[in-house]
Amino acid sequence: MIRLDSIHRIFEVGDQQVHALNDVTLTIDDGEYLSIMGPSGSGKSTLLNLIGLLDQPNAGEYTLNQQKVTALSDDQQAEVRRDQIGFVFQSFHLVPRLTALENIELPMVLAGILPAERRRRVAKILNAVGLEGRSHHKPEQLSGGQRQRVAIARATIMQPSVLLADEPTGNLDSTSGADVIEVLEGLNQQGITLIVVTHDAALGARAAREIKMVDGRIVNDINNRQH
Amino acid sequence: MLIRDTVTLTFGALQSARMRTSLMLLAMAIGVASVVVLTSLGEGARRYITGEFASLGTNLLIVLPGRSETSGGSAAMLMSDTTRDLTLDDARALLRSSHIKRLAPVNVGASQLSWRERARDVPVFGSSHDLLEIRHWTMDEGKFLPPLDFDQASPVCVIGAKLRSELFGNNSAIGEWVRLGDRRFRVIGVLATEGRTVGIDVEEVIVIPVASAQSLFNEASLFRIIIEAKDRDAIKRVSEFVKRTIRDRHQGEDDITLVTQDAVLATFDKIFKSLTMTVAGIAAISLAVAGILIMNVMLVSVSQRTAEIGVLKALGASQQQIVSLFLCEAAMLSLAGALIGLLMGQGASWLIGYFFPAITMGAPLWAIFAAVGIALITGLLFGAVPARNAARLDPVLALARR
Repeated sequence: MIRLDSIHRIFEVGDQQVHALNDVTLTIDDGEYLSIMGPSGSGKSTLLNLIGLLDQPNAGEYTLNQQKVTALSDDQQAEVRRDQIGFVFQSFHLVPRLTALENIELPMVLAGILPAERRRRVAKILNAVGLEGRSHHKPEQLSGGQRQRVAIARATIMQPSVLLADEPTGNLDSTSGADVIEVLEGLNQQGITLIVVTHDAALGARAAREIKMVDGRIVNDINNRQH
Repeated sequence: MLIRDTVTLTFGALQSARMRTSLMLLAMAIGVASVVVLTSLGEGARRYITGEFASLGTNLLIVLPGRSETSGGSAAMLMSDTTRDLTLDDARALLRSSHIKRLAPVNVGASQLSWRERARDVPVFGSSHDLLEIRHWTMDEGKFLPPLDFDQASPVCVIGAKLRSELFGNNSAIGEWVRLGDRRFRVIGVLATEGRTVGIDVEEVIVIPVASAQSLFNEASLFRIIIEAKDRDAIKRVSEFVKRTIRDRHQGEDDITLVTQDAVLATFDKIFKSLTMTVAGIAAISLAVAGILIMNVMLVSVSQRTAEIGVLKALGASQQQIVSLFLCEAAMLSLAGALIGLLMGQGASWLIGYFFPAITMGAPLWAIFAAVGIALITGLLFGAVPARNAARLDPVLALARR
């Protein structure tokens, strides 16, 4: 469970202060499917980075799975990130010199998991995202949709409780975008908490819960399923 | 993170930036190679010089007439500074010591040596039977000077191998009569060429009995007396004995200089060791330069790989892990560079040794370890700053960079 309590995030741009997140309070239950929408600069990516522990709030408290993560040290947060959070980015962010398999292995390498176990898990997940036979391809040899599926495999290989996706279809054509959404939603159906940041209204509307942000505040929190 | 994975990841990163990697390897290799080559040269020169001195003989003391100390400028000092000649009687007096194994008086000069129509100007040694043993010379053919009394002249001579071939060509030299100055001498032996001796080329000398030399050059004083002590421990006692005896014979004047081979050897050894250290120090500067280059290139590498570092952080890499990845990169570069440098250095040393065989090249072991050690340390030291920069990157900003 994710609980954000009166979160403030202020950036200094020149001598101006930008209130990227202004008193955000939000609770997300395990297994939820949530989309965050809003215009550019509304703070949606900042919110996602905060949930993903890539960024720290200036004020407020963040509790992830009953753990007050804001109080943790840098390295402890890195560990939480590794074990409980998966990231999927708009531009994939695969390491270009590593093969698909090696990219997927990275979080396990960082966690010090032995090669035999790594191979077992990678084989399983390659199957799940439909990339059998592509494991030894470099990112440049893969299509956009395939790359994003590698990224999803990498994000979920540590079996995190939360999967964060920042414009996951932003760089994809509609067909492969639909494929990727299908994979993400499939993972959500298996129990993972899925949070998607997007511009795309159609994509946002697919989520069970839709949050709209404007100027660093949550202005709308719709539960689509109740309608 | 497993060490094996750290190394594999680093290796992959190095492999994907070939140009950068090979430049850094080259810089490190040149640094290490120069340490190896320069210390090899220094060490080779040291070995050459000490070898030369060792070939003079063992446990030697050399008595020279006159004092080598610089005396003060006063007139009184100058007045008392008269030097008495070293004579054959002095040499004979020294024979009394039981600590002296052998001694040979030596007289030198130059004269014209001729056989039939061929003539040459040659350095002439007047000495005695024991010189052969003292100087560790060996005979090619025939015999060395016979054991005669020091003041007993004899018309026999021993010549160097080069003299023999130049004068006699393919003819046999033994038993032939040669003319030296205005005297005639019979050749009784030829010296082997192997003797390499500082100052004298054994191949070109002619050796005659000391008394014959004295009368040939009309010169009663000796050039020097070479003494071989019984053993190493006896050198000191011999040296005291020589000083005392000569002082007694020279009306209480200390007018000789005693050179012990050990002292000369030790001095040269010291000079060349410090020379080697100095050169090694200079070479080490190039290692430091290589270290700075590594730092520069790694700083570039960190900024080029910002996005990758951001990804690693997003995937849960701790600062420690990022630091160790970059330090591992620096260490691998330095070590590989050092190994290449060692090979290059050994190759260059071999080449120098090949073209200048007189110098036995060979880097001392300490220099090899020091070169590799310094390479590794500079690599890690200069890799630390880029590694820390990488670890402290803000992941959000790092990921935003494309």
